[in-house]
Amino acid sequence: MKAVVLGATKGMGRALAQAMAARGDRLCLLGRDGDALAKGAEDLRIRGAPEPVKTVPCDLSDPDGFEAALDAADAALDGFDTVVITAALFGTQDELEADPARTARLLQVNFTNTILFCELARKRLLARGGGTLCVFSSVAGDRARKPVVLYGASKAGLSYYCEGLDHKFAQQGLHVLLVKPGFVKTSMTAGLDPPPFAGEPDDVAKSVLSAMDAGKAVVYAPAPWRLVMLVIRNLPRFVMRRIGF
Amino acid sequence: MSQRLSGWGRFPVVDCTERASEDLVASCRGAVLTRGLGRSYGDASLPAHAGDVVAGTRFGNRILAFDAATGVLRAEAGLSLSEMDAVSRPRGWVSPVCPGTSYVTLGGMVASDVHGKNHHVKGTFGEHVRALLVMTADGRLLEISREVEGELFAATLGGMGLTGHLVEVEVQLHRVEAPWIHTEEEIATDLADLVVRLRKASREWPYTVAWVDSLMRGRAMGRGVVMKGRWAGADEAPDELPRPLKRIPMPLDLPGWVLGPWSVKAFDAVFYKAHEWRPKHGIVHPDTFFYPLDSILDWNRMYGRRGFIQHQCVLPVDDGEQVVHRFFDTLTSSGSASFLTVLKDCGPEGTGMISFPRPGLSVALDIPMRGAETQALVDALNRHVLEAGGRIYLAKDALTRPEDFAAMDPRIDAWNAVRRRWDPEGRLKSALSVRLLGDEA
Repeated sequence: MKAVVLGATKGMGRALAQAMAARGDRLCLLGRDGDALAKGAEDLRIRGAPEPVKTVPCDLSDPDGFEAALDAADAALDGFDTVVITAALFGTQDELEADPARTARLLQVNFTNTILFCELARKRLLARGGGTLCVFSSVAGDRARKPVVLYGASKAGLSYYCEGLDHKFAQQGLHVLLVKPGFVKTSMTAGLDPPPFAGEPDDVAKSVLSAMDAGKAVVYAPAPWRLVMLVIRNLPRFVMRRIGF
Repeated sequence: MSQRLSGWGRFPVVDCTERASEDLVASCRGAVLTRGLGRSYGDASLPAHAGDVVAGTRFGNRILAFDAATGVLRAEAGLSLSEMDAVSRPRGWVSPVCPGTSYVTLGGMVASDVHGKNHHVKGTFGEHVRALLVMTADGRLLEISREVEGELFAATLGGMGLTGHLVEVEVQLHRVEAPWIHTEEEIATDLADLVVRLRKASREWPYTVAWVDSLMRGRAMGRGVVMKGRWAGADEAPDELPRPLKRIPMPLDLPGWVLGPWSVKAFDAVFYKAHEWRPKHGIVHPDTFFYPLDSILDWNRMYGRRGFIQHQCVLPVDDGEQVVHRFFDTLTSSGSASFLTVLKDCGPEGTGMISFPRPGLSVALDIPMRGAETQALVDALNRHVLEAGGRIYLAKDALTRPEDFAAMDPRIDAWNAVRRRWDPEGRLKSALSVRLLGDEA
C-alpha cells in the first residue's frame, strides 16, 4: 500500500499510521506542524515503514495548498493508491455555542475543506483506475444529539458526501471507507469522562485496517458503536428531546 | 472538566483534571505530577488535591531514535513497553527488564524503577537507562544521566515522578538470539522448599519467580510453583516471530464477592494441581511468560467497584526464613484472600536513591479492598516488614502509614534533600508524597 495520511501526527491518525508502518506500508505524511511531521516520520520509519517516509506541509484550513500537497505526495510515493484523512477540529457544544468564529472555522474545516480535499484526491485515484479513500467522520454524524449539535452537523455532512462518493464511483474502482469512531480516548477527548464502550486509538486502527483490506464501505470503531447508534437512530424525537446524550 | 482518576487498584479515587496531549512539554508545564498508563496500584499517580492538574503522557509515544546495531532506543516517555516490544523483538533486541505488565510507559518504568524476574542478574530498569530528558519544577528541560546531573538522575530513577516530569527516556536494550522464551517449572510442597528452590533456580537461570498458593495453612503453607526461564537459542526457537496474543476484555465490574476466599481457594488449588500434574517445559511466547495477566484486559475490574490493593515488600532474609513464615502466618490467619501471591528473590541495590529492591525475598499480595479490615492487615504485614528490616514498594502502596514508612526507609531524607534543591517551593507532589513522604498537603 502507498498511502497519504493527512492527520498522522495525532490521535487516531497517529495510531493508524503506526499500525500501517508496522506492516510495512509506504507512507507520506501531510500536516501543518513541520517538527511534528518530521518526528512522526522518524517514528514510523523505526516502526517499519519503508524509507523514506516523506512529509509535505498541508493545512486543512487552506484549500489553496491542497493541489500542491497532493502533487508532492504523488511524487514522494511514485503515485499513491490510498488516501487517509483523519484530521479535523473538535469543540464541545458549550465551547462552540460561545464562540461563533470557532464554530465557523470548525464547519469550514470539517465539512467544506475536507470535501474539497477528498474531491482532489478521488479524482487522482479514479484517473489511475481506482484506489482507497479512507475518511474519518464520527458517530456524531449519525443522529443529532444535544452534546454534539454543531460538531455532529459537520460530520453528518461529511458522512453524506462519502456515502454519495461510494454510490457514484464504487463501480469505477474507488473504494471509499467511511470511518465512524465512537468515543475514543485520544487527546481530542482527554478531560472528558469516557462513556461505556470507549475505545483505544490502537483498536480503532486495527478495525480500520481490516475494513480497508476487506473493502468495506463503513466501519464503526469500536464495533459496539454500530449497535449503540442503531438504537439511538431509532429513538423517537420526544426521547431525544429529554435525554442528555 | 474533572475526571475520577485512580491507580490500577481503583483505590483511592481522586477527582482531578488529567491534561493529556501529544505535546508532552506543553502538557507537563505547570502540572503537579505526570502519569502514564496508571498502572501503579495505589495513589502514586494521583494528585493530592481535587482540582490539581496531572499531566498524562500516554499520547506522547513516539520512538525518537533506535540503532539496531547497538540496541540504544530513545522514545517519548509515553511509549508503552508493549509497543517497544513489538518494535524491538523482531530486530533481535528486548527490554532489559520486564515488569508484570507490558501496559506501562517508559516514563512509568523509570519513575517506579521497575524490576522483573531477572532482578537477581540485571537489576532494575533504571540500571539500563542511559539518559533522561526531564522538565524540572521550574519548567527547565534538562538532559540528565549518570555523568550529567548524576544526583538528580539517581533521585529520578524510582523517584515516583516527584523530581521532575519525565519527557524522554533513552535505554540500552538487551540482545537476544531469538524472541522466544524457554521455560521450566518446579513444584514446591511448602514455604521452606519454595524458598530453597527459588534461590537455587536463581543461581542457574536469568529469570525466576514463584507463585504461592496463599490460602494453604499448616504444613503445606507456602506451597507453590517456581517458574524459570531464559531466552531461547536460535537453534531451539521457532523460525517465525511471536504473533500478538489474543486479549480477552473485562467489560464490566464483577460483584465484590466473586473474588472471595472460596473462589480464590478453588483457583489456587486448580492452578497448583495443574502445574503439579504437568509442569511447563519448553518454548513459550514471551508475553505468556512475562505478562500472563495482560491476557485479560482491565482485569482489575474483577475486584468490583471497591477495588483492591497490592502489598509488596522485600524482606531481608539473612537471619533465616522465619520472617517469611511469620509474614505468611499473618496473611493466612487474617481471613483475607490474596488472589495472586508472588515471591521473587532480589539482587543488590542499584543507582536509584529510593528504588524498592534490595537483597532478600520480595512478596507481592493482591488483596480486595475492604476498608478498615484491609488497613489492619496492611498494618500487621508492615510490622513484620519493620521487624525484618525490609521495606515496601511505593508503586503498589495505598495504605501504609507514614510513621511505618519513615521507619522502614531512612533513605527518604537524603532523597528529599535532592528534591528540595531542584524544587524548593515543593511544586511537584502526589497523593502518595503527601500521605507518606512528608510533603505539605
